[in-house]
Amino acid sequence: MKIALFVTCVNDLVFPGTGKAVVRILERLGHTVEFPVGQGCCGQMHANSGYRAEALPLVRNFVQTFDPYDAVVAPSGSCVAMVRDSYPRLVPGSASVAGRTYELSELLVDVLGVTDVGAVFPHRVTYHPTCHGLRMLRLGERPRALLRAVRGLELIELPGAEECCGFGGTFAMKNAGVSAAMLADKCGAIVDTGAEYVAAVDNSCLAHIGGGLSRRTASAQAIHYAEILATTPP
Amino acid sequence: MTGTGNIVARKAFPAAAKEKLTDTQLRANLRRATHTIRDKRLRVVGEVPDWEALRVAGAAIKDDVLSRLPELLERFEAAATAAGAVVHWARDAAEAAALVTDLVQATGTTEVVKIKSMATQEIGLNEELEAAGIAAVETDLAELIVQLAGDTPSHILVPAIHYNRSQIRDIFTRNGLSALTDDPPALAEAARRHLRAKFLSAKVAISGANFAVAESGTLVVVESEGNGRMCLTLPETLISVVGIEKLVPTFRDLEVFLQLLPRSSTGERMNPYTSLWTGVTPGDGPRTVHIVLVDNGRTDTLADEVGRQALRCIRCSACLNVCPVYERVGGHAYGSVYPGPIGAILSPQMSGEGANSTLPYASTLCGACYDACPVRINIPEVLVHLRQTGPHPAAERAAMRALSWTMRSRRRYAAALRAARRGAAPVRWATGGKVRRLPWPMSAWTAARDAPLPPKQTFREWWARERA
Amino acid sequence: MNAREEVLRRVRAARPAEQVVVPRDYEVAREPDDLVELLVDRLVDYKATVHRCTGDGLAGTLAEVLAGTERIVVPSGVPQEWLSAYQGDVMRDEPRPLAVADLDAPGIAVVTGCAVVVAETGTLILDAGPDQGRRALTLVPDHHICVVHNGQIVAGVPQALRRLADPTRPLTLVSGPSATSDIELNRVEGVHGPRRLDVVIVDR
Repeated sequence: MKIALFVTCVNDLVFPGTGKAVVRILERLGHTVEFPVGQGCCGQMHANSGYRAEALPLVRNFVQTFDPYDAVVAPSGSCVAMVRDSYPRLVPGSASVAGRTYELSELLVDVLGVTDVGAVFPHRVTYHPTCHGLRMLRLGERPRALLRAVRGLELIELPGAEECCGFGGTFAMKNAGVSAAMLADKCGAIVDTGAEYVAAVDNSCLAHIGGGLSRRTASAQAIHYAEILATTPP
Repeated sequence: MTGTGNIVARKAFPAAAKEKLTDTQLRANLRRATHTIRDKRLRVVGEVPDWEALRVAGAAIKDDVLSRLPELLERFEAAATAAGAVVHWARDAAEAAALVTDLVQATGTTEVVKIKSMATQEIGLNEELEAAGIAAVETDLAELIVQLAGDTPSHILVPAIHYNRSQIRDIFTRNGLSALTDDPPALAEAARRHLRAKFLSAKVAISGANFAVAESGTLVVVESEGNGRMCLTLPETLISVVGIEKLVPTFRDLEVFLQLLPRSSTGERMNPYTSLWTGVTPGDGPRTVHIVLVDNGRTDTLADEVGRQALRCIRCSACLNVCPVYERVGGHAYGSVYPGPIGAILSPQMSGEGANSTLPYASTLCGACYDACPVRINIPEVLVHLRQTGPHPAAERAAMRALSWTMRSRRRYAAALRAARRGAAPVRWATGGKVRRLPWPMSAWTAARDAPLPPKQTFREWWARERA
Repeated sequence: MNAREEVLRRVRAARPAEQVVVPRDYEVAREPDDLVELLVDRLVDYKATVHRCTGDGLAGTLAEVLAGTERIVVPSGVPQEWLSAYQGDVMRDEPRPLAVADLDAPGIAVVTGCAVVVAETGTLILDAGPDQGRRALTLVPDHHICVVHNGQIVAGVPQALRRLADPTRPLTLVSGPSATSDIELNRVEGVHGPRRLDVVIVDR
């Protein structure tokens, strides 16, 4: 299957390891991954902050870049939610490619029918279901099922998992105090699990959570779940 | 009609929220109460096998009402009038409050009993009555607590949610209501004793309505304590203040809402008491019945294609109870009688005044409110829509434009990524990869969390080197 | 332009043009295995006291429930035979309506029937019929005893509302004794309405 990777702007610049992890997982499963270099940002930040006019060229660019592919995969719940939920309303004719755009766990579990990707990660891990993955994409158990199949990984339930971490894009800046209060509760819950890693499907939320954990010098670290799934036996 | 009254925030949300965040007692009270109700709601909603079908029907009934509102309002007015009620209309808060005050003055009484009502809070009725020398006695327990404390409501359903039991006992004691302990039953008993004589002697009662049935002119009040029944039954005169969006077309439609509302609001299968009355019934209840239909910004809201879904709201407050932002700051931070997620889309649409334009940003767009809403109001969608139509800071607008301009061209974007990666290199070297403080505006980020730095190679550089 | 005309004009200008079809895919008639058991469970959960008897045993059961109650009020249509075993004083709300002070007397109880009962929610619906009377009767006394005949029980809210003869009569839906959730969002029973609710279910 010819799969196009939409790496997302945040991952391209700040978390390239997540993009590489997706490539590794899919290639290991025998698929060909392409990276259309015309890709940019999905436009979510603009659209959600009230800059629709500024988002539109980015949306059109995405549609143009990815329309030729059978399947598009992105390691980000919120970017995929933007594409699937908002594109059809923003740009006519975008529903088709939006319907073929998958968050990584949807591609693996629903399209490719895989839950065991052959990874090995002998660590205690807790999972934070990010809001857009949880409530817009309805990813449900998919990411957890993938993590449970990882050899050596002990998955610990996160109390209050479904509560927002407080990132919210520009919310973290505009309402910094409330965002920090939500972050403190999320970090506290993570630390209390005793996990070494907190995994999620979105690096933007993880940057916020990881930054909070690092600031309180917690031993738990944030990690994108694709990077766990990409690990191989030593 | 642009709305007026207690729906206009005077302080920008971020500033108001910042103040509230320092109140640790408030945080603890809110956390305890909202978490209690969340679990209860999930339990009783889980019992209903056709919950989603009820939500879909509830949303559609309300949408149908909005599309037929002129005809349904006229039908309601005709039916209620035929049943002996007197129907009045008000364009805004001031007109509604003045109208009700005139009606009370005409009876010659100087004290009225009140059922908890968002509409009367919205129009500032108590303030108006007080100015006319009329004492308005709130009879709902939480509303009474707020009134005795000289405070304002902070929640749609439980206006005193920001107080815990011992604070409530203190408020009672200061006002001459004695409760033996701070046990909730003892506090409820104190309220009963305090209000009993007022119920039995009041000449005029004022209520809102949860629903108004167009075909029959019937009004519905959903309550728990029996204070509502007292007010609706014993006084000679009853005045009900009703927003024009409260209509449902037929009595049958109540079969949907009487299932949706109690489970969503108090997390009960059914609230203890629901009263329905149609005009005047000889020998049973008030002899004079007035109904005041209020616009106050609702027609402005109705005119917005995306935003009008906010008018489906049945004031259950489920969205407040699941909102992580509300849980941290409480209702007062929103500056309107309608706080929380629904307030963040309702207040700015009903009135563009004051700091209401900051409310659509009081959300992470986490979507918990949309999931909980019994009439499927897509609150995140409306929030984003209002951010689109509202004002933007000039610096932010310039930055967003520049970013969009850069990202829409492959060459500009690749160059920008390269520049950002290069720019980060010395910082990475100086900080060991962990940035603890950044200049404005990124200082808002590093106030609470370390910032990540771009590594030595962007993804596209890696791809170009390794795969292309 | 007066307020009425102006509001209506604005509503006409602002309302959406499209017609809405309401999908009613929700369940209207559920049939649980044991309606009465379900009702009893829900009533008890909301702190009502439940008694069960046969038609012949009703008078005896009511007398037991009312043991220690010296005086009761009843609406005009409560049958005499319900109270044939009760020893105390019975005040009827006729020919002259009782004064509020009479209803508020300490220790007084009210005995009524009801129109229809919702098992799933434990809700008694009163429609001011002759055996229920005006609304104040079931409100001011601190103790309400409601007689439910087996055939009046339905499963859900839709069935119940469809059974009501005239929805424009004053209606009161009662689910347990009066209660409040206003302190820390915890439910506690006993505020302004009757603090005691006894339900007597008469099996066929």
